[in-house]
Amino acid sequence: MAIKLQKVLLGSCLALGLASTAPAGAEELRIGFIAPVTGIFAQVGKDMTDGFQMYLDEHGGKLGGADVKFIVEDDQGKPDAGVTKAKKLVLQDHVHMFIGGLLASTGYALAPVSTAEKTLYISSVSSADDLTQRQLSKYPYFMRTSWTSSLPHQPLGQWACDQGYKKAIVISADYAFGYETAGGFQKMFEDCGGKVIQKIWPPLGTKDFGPYIPTMKADADVIFTTMVGPMALQFPKQLRGAGNKTPIVGSGVSYDEFVLPFMGDEVIGDVSALHYSAAIDTPANQAFVKAYRAKFGKVPGYYSENNYSTAMWIDKAMQKAGGKFPGPEEFIKLMASIKLDAPRGPVELDDMRNPIENVYIKKVEKKKMFGYDKDELWNTVIKTYPKVSQFWTYGKEKFLAQPVYDRDFPPCKYCE
Amino acid sequence: MVNQRIKIAMVAAALVAFVYVVPQSGSFVVLLATRAMAFAILAMSVDLLLGYTGMSSMGQAAYFGVGAYLTAVLATKFHFGMGWDFWLVVVLGILIGAALAAVFGLFAIRAGGVYFLMITLALGQCVWGLAYRWNSLTGGDNGINMSGRPNFGLDLGNEVIFFYLVFAFFAVSMALMYVLVRSPFGQSLAGIRERELRMQILGYNTWLHKYIAFIIAGGFGGLAGVLWAHTNGHVSPETVVLTTSVDSLLMVVLGGAGTLVGATIGTAIVFGLREYLSTLVPWWQYALGGVYVLTILYLPMGLMGIPSRLRQRFSQGKDEGSKKLATKPS
Repeated sequence: MAIKLQKVLLGSCLALGLASTAPAGAEELRIGFIAPVTGIFAQVGKDMTDGFQMYLDEHGGKLGGADVKFIVEDDQGKPDAGVTKAKKLVLQDHVHMFIGGLLASTGYALAPVSTAEKTLYISSVSSADDLTQRQLSKYPYFMRTSWTSSLPHQPLGQWACDQGYKKAIVISADYAFGYETAGGFQKMFEDCGGKVIQKIWPPLGTKDFGPYIPTMKADADVIFTTMVGPMALQFPKQLRGAGNKTPIVGSGVSYDEFVLPFMGDEVIGDVSALHYSAAIDTPANQAFVKAYRAKFGKVPGYYSENNYSTAMWIDKAMQKAGGKFPGPEEFIKLMASIKLDAPRGPVELDDMRNPIENVYIKKVEKKKMFGYDKDELWNTVIKTYPKVSQFWTYGKEKFLAQPVYDRDFPPCKYCE
Repeated sequence: MVNQRIKIAMVAAALVAFVYVVPQSGSFVVLLATRAMAFAILAMSVDLLLGYTGMSSMGQAAYFGVGAYLTAVLATKFHFGMGWDFWLVVVLGILIGAALAAVFGLFAIRAGGVYFLMITLALGQCVWGLAYRWNSLTGGDNGINMSGRPNFGLDLGNEVIFFYLVFAFFAVSMALMYVLVRSPFGQSLAGIRERELRMQILGYNTWLHKYIAFIIAGGFGGLAGVLWAHTNGHVSPETVVLTTSVDSLLMVVLGGAGTLVGATIGTAIVFGLREYLSTLVPWWQYALGGVYVLTILYLPMGLMGIPSRLRQRFSQGKDEGSKKLATKPS
């Protein structure tokens, strides 16, 4: 019996004794970074962390003159775990800011933590539209350095319309990110005169598109897709395998550099839109791609670029602040005052704390790039929409008056 | 049984020590402890089914989920439950968990063993699917964010006060379940676990007994969900996902089924490894996996089986020890 008591007490004491809080250093900048290190999104999480870490390494572990204490926490790709880890970073490590969060749902879960703990949260990947739109007022300590899901896809709708496509099928993963990307595309495509004639929502993680492909209407000119993870690899393969030759315009994540090396030649010619492509032909991007590839052995995707440029952005803001963190609200003002020259191009904040950035319409091509000697798949930029805001050309008031893009918004007027 | 008194005293002493030490150990530990206690209520409800009634439910996350979603929906859509009416939400959470279990029980209880497991799994997934797809109510994949915790004189926004509240719920739940399993009703459940046919022949309506146990477990699951929603301030389909059910089951097995305290210890260990060790080292999953494997291999009765194991080893020949090992401690 005594053994049992000892065990219980020992267990609780052990758990508690470990929990001494770290003392705050004098002039260091403590940054918490939340990314999936384990679980199905672990590789994406590594890309995110690598991007940020690479900038730190290039600058001797300092941002704006301040020594950076960079603490990576694993959210396992789960919103709940993300919240726990964010609170750990704030309460125990006393971080000045926390960054990251991959999934839109994680972004939604982390934003309230920033409000409750009065700590800056910079979303460097997570793209949930409403955080910087209709819900922004709830989150005064929140800003974004990445994108909203619909941001690149509104220009894509315009582009598809400009190509003379009249009828489109939307096939998109069945969750918020899929709705928001597809919504942005549909809204602009239809405002420009196109018609979305069918919407298909395969569940997240679908690997067999056999049930969906035969139901796709034959009279469509173009297919819009948002596929994530293994879906991105399977869909084009199975679509082309079934003999469907309809052109694809897709969300950038369907053809991101993260999946591109694993794709076959059937994706050549497919078009997608995103705020980054590794094939942007600028000296800044070339230098970034080469340095990244030399270090990590792969071409960077937007997960890495966005975090690299987030570190760069913080660096500039800290320089302005004189190397001392000025508090979250003041820091956001500093971030907003900077026009950043990132590898992805010029970036600045709009007044809803979301980036205004270039959107690249990209076509998959097999070619040599940046002096590499092998033929590889690259997302060649075929058109650049400069300085795109999350409100596209609609204007803030008009845009915010409509509901957030959803499964049923915009409604499918032309579906039968 | 004098033995039982000592056990109760020890558990009470451990709880007092716990509630005394935790608030002094940094706010992250308070937060973790709060989360673990809310989840421990769920684990104990699983133990009620697995350990005492012999039904391994794979869908306990469903009741947990409806409790959590109820809380979040009421708080965000109707601004209900942020003041004194928090207590009403607690009652509603218990009721909705129990009500859902009452419906699911009609389908599940008729089956036994692995079929019961499959049916509860399927029903649990139905609730997950609903949470995932019913966008207008649940926010779909994004989930629901709640702004702040209730304040009814006591400001639950304060982590330490909230810790005490969850602790109170946890301790009361544990006491209630303890009373339940010691009651004649609880004894009849144990009888069903050991040999259902014999109980039937003795004239017990075993279906009804199991059904009632299932509903009670659902009610506790709902309660755990209400507390969980306020612990995180966020509810998403991840709360209702199959992993939550599996976790709760594993925690019970790890700690020792049929002990209630074991469920709590299992929860504490899993939370400790998953949420505390993971902040220290990247290989925490190996540690967790190792603990599971070693427990299953060497401690089929879970960690709560350690004392009787030791007693058996050190005092071989004495019948007390071997008898303990042969039957699960209750």
